[in-house]
Amino acid sequence: MSVLIDKSTRLLVQGLTGREGTFHAKQAAAYGTTVVGGVTPGKGGTTHEGWPIFNTVREAVEKEGANASVIFVPPPFAADAVMEAAEAGIGVIVCITEGIPTLDMMRAMTYLKSRPDVRLVGPNCPGVISAGRGKAGIIPGHICREGRIGIVSKSGTLTYEAIHQLTRLGLGQTTCIGIGGDPLIGTTHVDALKLFAADPETQAVVMIGEIGGSAEEEAAQWIKAHLQKPVVAFIAGQTAPPGRRMGHAGAIIAGGKGTAAEKMAALASAGVHVVKSPADMGKAIKEITGS
Amino acid sequence: MKIHEYQAKAILARHGVPAPAGEVAFSAAQAGQIARRLGGSVVVVKAQIHAGGRGKGGGVKLARSPEEAEAIARDMIGMTLVTHQTGPEGRVVSRVLVEEGLQMTRELYLSIVLDRASGKPVMMASAAGGMDIEEVAAATPEKITKVYIEPGVGLMPFEARQLAFAIGLEGPQVNRAVKLMAALYEAFLANDASLIEINPFVVTASEDLLALDAKMNVDDNALYRHPDIKDLRDLGEENPLEIEASKSSLNYIHLDGNIGCMVNGAGLAMATMDIIKLSGGEPANFLDVGGGANAEQIRNAFNILMSDKNVKAVLINIFGGILRCDVLAQGVIAAVKELGVPVPIVIRMEGTNVDEGKRLLNESGMNFTTADSMSEAATKVVQLAG
Repeated sequence: MSVLIDKSTRLLVQGLTGREGTFHAKQAAAYGTTVVGGVTPGKGGTTHEGWPIFNTVREAVEKEGANASVIFVPPPFAADAVMEAAEAGIGVIVCITEGIPTLDMMRAMTYLKSRPDVRLVGPNCPGVISAGRGKAGIIPGHICREGRIGIVSKSGTLTYEAIHQLTRLGLGQTTCIGIGGDPLIGTTHVDALKLFAADPETQAVVMIGEIGGSAEEEAAQWIKAHLQKPVVAFIAGQTAPPGRRMGHAGAIIAGGKGTAAEKMAALASAGVHVVKSPADMGKAIKEITGS
Repeated sequence: MKIHEYQAKAILARHGVPAPAGEVAFSAAQAGQIARRLGGSVVVVKAQIHAGGRGKGGGVKLARSPEEAEAIARDMIGMTLVTHQTGPEGRVVSRVLVEEGLQMTRELYLSIVLDRASGKPVMMASAAGGMDIEEVAAATPEKITKVYIEPGVGLMPFEARQLAFAIGLEGPQVNRAVKLMAALYEAFLANDASLIEINPFVVTASEDLLALDAKMNVDDNALYRHPDIKDLRDLGEENPLEIEASKSSLNYIHLDGNIGCMVNGAGLAMATMDIIKLSGGEPANFLDVGGGANAEQIRNAFNILMSDKNVKAVLINIFGGILRCDVLAQGVIAAVKELGVPVPIVIRMEGTNVDEGKRLLNESGMNFTTADSMSEAATKVVQLAG
């Protein structure tokens, strides 16, 4: 098994006709994902690279049975695209777009609260890949290997790093979820951990956090109270100066809060194996799982 | 993006949050003229920099005549103001705000910020105004009252009243506070602010409520729809290398170490800084070249790194997912050839076409040090930096 994405996924690409959308739709299809078409308002009825293009997400759901969507539309229109997908009944929405205004996301998240069956991943994230099964997003398929480790991460390339370390040690993955580094995100560390907890195939989890906010502390509390599976965690930004935004909109130590040290301490006290060095994530999982 | 106090006050005033009468001056003569226009017995001259704690650093002074205001402004403009928020290097003052002096009876605190955990704006009020609110929050959190605003509903009058009563407002002050808080919420939404802080928020002798100070940060992602706010960017407040980097869409933050870093992705860039420190070195910067770094970006990145004279060695850490390692290697070779980079370079790359990338580096005839893992790369670069 895997979480969020599997062989039954019928993926819609919002923004398929753009450069990024086209490239990653092809990559997803090449990885074995069933890509059913795209949505570009105004281009409905045409085809693009052999895929049907629809004006609305509703139409794509009705005609192609799309049940997941990946969003590549530009920032000013992305929150709207998220809400449109939710309204149309898409169950898993993965928003890759970086640079969405925070207040737009606040409105989208408020909209999603009345639709508890919809899961949003992102925005500003690399998306989701279930090793050997399919992907919605931009995580390169060739670095993954089927296996039993789940990954949840705020960062893109650091996620690839974790996958690579595991794969090189012969440890495969169930699903890797890039949740994104924005202040407001649809799937939090806790949400992802809940998914992995319920997935019988996932044996252990790598959790990658970074400075800013309190999502890692909340994850620590949840792990302590609920999670039976081992977790290895790395927190990026141990050397980041306070008050500076480190690339990701949410990665900032504000008012002395959100430091890596606090997060690492909270996780360690919850029984999580916290590694100081990003080079040790794979090794730690290998030691813990004894595989 | 941060803006100055006087700019924040002007924006707030447009939405109905009043502030004392005042104007910005870029010269001492201007400051004197403004003081003359304001009249009254006292004016306040306030240094405009993007950092708090100005009072303690000598950046806020009272003047009892226009001549005194002019003299104060003459000293202040051009001075380097050091506060607990500027770091030891301080900030050079290039403009001052000249405001009418007021008789006030109380100093309170009022702010609005987006709460990440709940996904809602939270308005906070405290009777402990004029102090560093972070210290208040740490020592006496019970002195801060919060209202979480439902985004679909907005700030309701009863919520504003809760805040007003909690900070001890009474009589006609309460309804004035409710109006002012509604205006503050409107200003927060209309300008895509990420933070607005009024500290102190004062009650005058005539029971008027005013923003005596104002701090406002605006969401960078939303600047495209606020060209007027974008124009308020003060490049004098930013590190020149960071300005240069932002022109090439590079995400660069200058630090104090001697190992330059070039990384793709923000998380990996932070992790690279961390592993350098763990290996006994000090990173000179955070630099994210982005997911689709091309030859041009790499050249620009080298230019920025080499402008920092502290840099004694460079670590390039790239995980090629979409970006191919052979393309990266070509970019690095071309940039180093063109710019003649005088310090040792350690390259760790992984991912797509990594073998071809390494072959190109090894056969370039240039003195690159390659590494197979992040820890090896960090160890090597720390040694080379001395």
